[in-house]
Amino acid sequence: MERYYQKDIECAPYEEIRKIQSEKLVKQVKHVWDNVPYYRKKMEEKGVTPDDIKSVDDLHKLPFLSKKDLRDAYPYGLLGKPLKECVRIHSTSGTTGKRVVAYYTQHDIDLWEDCCARAIMAAGGTDEDVVHVAYGYGLFTGGAGIHGGSHKVGSLTIPISSGNTDRQIMFINDLNATILCCTPSYAAYLGERFKELGYGPDDIPLKAGIFGAEAWSEEMRADIEKTLGIKAFDIYGLTELSGPGVAFECSAQDGMHINEDHFIAEIIDPDTEEVLPEGSQGELVFTAVDKEAFPMIRYRTRDICKLTREKCSCGRTHVRMAKPMGRSDDMLIIRGVNVFPSQIETVLMNNGYAANYQIVVDRVNNTDTLDVQVEMTPEMFTDNVGEIEERQKKLVEGLKSMLGIKAKVSLLAPKSIARSEGKAVRVIDKRKI
Amino acid sequence: MSVMQISVFLENKPGTLKKMTSVLAANKIDMRATSLAETKDFGIARLVVDDALSAVNTLKENNFVASLTPVLAIEIPDEMGGLDKLLTVFDEAKVNIEYMYAFSGGSSKDHAYMIFRVSDTKGAEAKLAGKSLKMLTQEDLAQI
Repeated sequence: MERYYQKDIECAPYEEIRKIQSEKLVKQVKHVWDNVPYYRKKMEEKGVTPDDIKSVDDLHKLPFLSKKDLRDAYPYGLLGKPLKECVRIHSTSGTTGKRVVAYYTQHDIDLWEDCCARAIMAAGGTDEDVVHVAYGYGLFTGGAGIHGGSHKVGSLTIPISSGNTDRQIMFINDLNATILCCTPSYAAYLGERFKELGYGPDDIPLKAGIFGAEAWSEEMRADIEKTLGIKAFDIYGLTELSGPGVAFECSAQDGMHINEDHFIAEIIDPDTEEVLPEGSQGELVFTAVDKEAFPMIRYRTRDICKLTREKCSCGRTHVRMAKPMGRSDDMLIIRGVNVFPSQIETVLMNNGYAANYQIVVDRVNNTDTLDVQVEMTPEMFTDNVGEIEERQKKLVEGLKSMLGIKAKVSLLAPKSIARSEGKAVRVIDKRKI
Repeated sequence: MSVMQISVFLENKPGTLKKMTSVLAANKIDMRATSLAETKDFGIARLVVDDALSAVNTLKENNFVASLTPVLAIEIPDEMGGLDKLLTVFDEAKVNIEYMYAFSGGSSKDHAYMIFRVSDTKGAEAKLAGKSLKMLTQEDLAQI
């Protein structure tokens, strides 16, 4: 049975959603024009005023915001409410440059937690559940967002945060945690640890997992589902827009429903900035239509994906986004070819290797080199040198056909790649360009 | 009668072999014979020890990938032509050898021991039975 947190809006007819979006957008543009001089200047430069925005159809007239704008406007430039009315901040990890600091009023926190509550219920969560939140708490949005959503659902919330894997396992077992929330790489690691301790999928009380904050493949999903004996759901979000819960997966596990009453999604061509028709692959752009303190309009996420409005078996009407191929920040250009770490992960898992891997890119004699490092596992090991080399060769061929370029495969000792408790570090780019 | 050899995956970088021997030493595992197969990218250390089962568990606990492989351990007289005589028996019995290595020592000063990995261990055991070869058992290995 499909469960909903706010069924009326989650299953509303598209026309109704558009009506809500239009009303909120008109109001939001006025709010930003009046309160965010940085964005007002952008609008003036483009010759747009709030009078030009009458409905969602006019969205394309508005200027974009990019990560660069966020950096330039740091720390208060995009603030839409006096600090007196703000109740919290969150911040990005700052791995791609300066940190982004996002502000929230109580209203913003509420709508964010509603979004997370929708995600938890879509994963089958109810007030009978025990939600184990192993996302990091603190500046990172993962812990706080899911925590708030879990409260709204009425589940018993374990705010364990990240780290100390054996303690995580003890709490899951002793308190019969039913829903695990963390990054997919940490879920895989927990699964690995459970297995080491002799737990089969039926011995673990978990029934579902909500995993996000990094790109992961279908193969990794299958692997996590098998080891932990759960159904694994994807969740999407970014600090700029609130945090996790911008979009989430339902029982169909076929794309993530975007919470369209709060976030309007567009797909654009990242080079021409032109809006692309439904079903096209391109960069995802979001407009947060009712966030007050940090009102992002046409924010370029750098995530590459597709949207679909095809009817979903879960009954929700909100548009679905495909799993992003990766953030365009994560995309590597190797010998002129676009490579996403998620593609490499798919090949590894198809060939029976573990999801723990590292990609090392370097430049030797003016040529880019790609070294895919993967750990040897008991399943893949044999006393026969030829057989191991044959598997290695198969992997090189698989990578070649997926990526179109040749990669080296290095086999590493088990546990030699650091396990992450938050976002996994997959790529080491040593090139000095 | 085959004995268990431990095969250990070793990453190709300085210090990995030493890491393995340290683990074995710290756990008081006595090696009888060792051999190292290397490729461009990785190596496999092959070990015959006094207590194979405890050695393989110890290695796994210390994050090594290790497995057990059945091999034949055969005593030969430590004299000229000793191996040749033995291989004549293998040859007649049509036993295919994948790799082999030797060790000597222990209490017996006039004997050496050969370790053979053959394509079909069970078949080879049957073919070599009754050929008056001294094949070592796991118990022999613990006592040498």
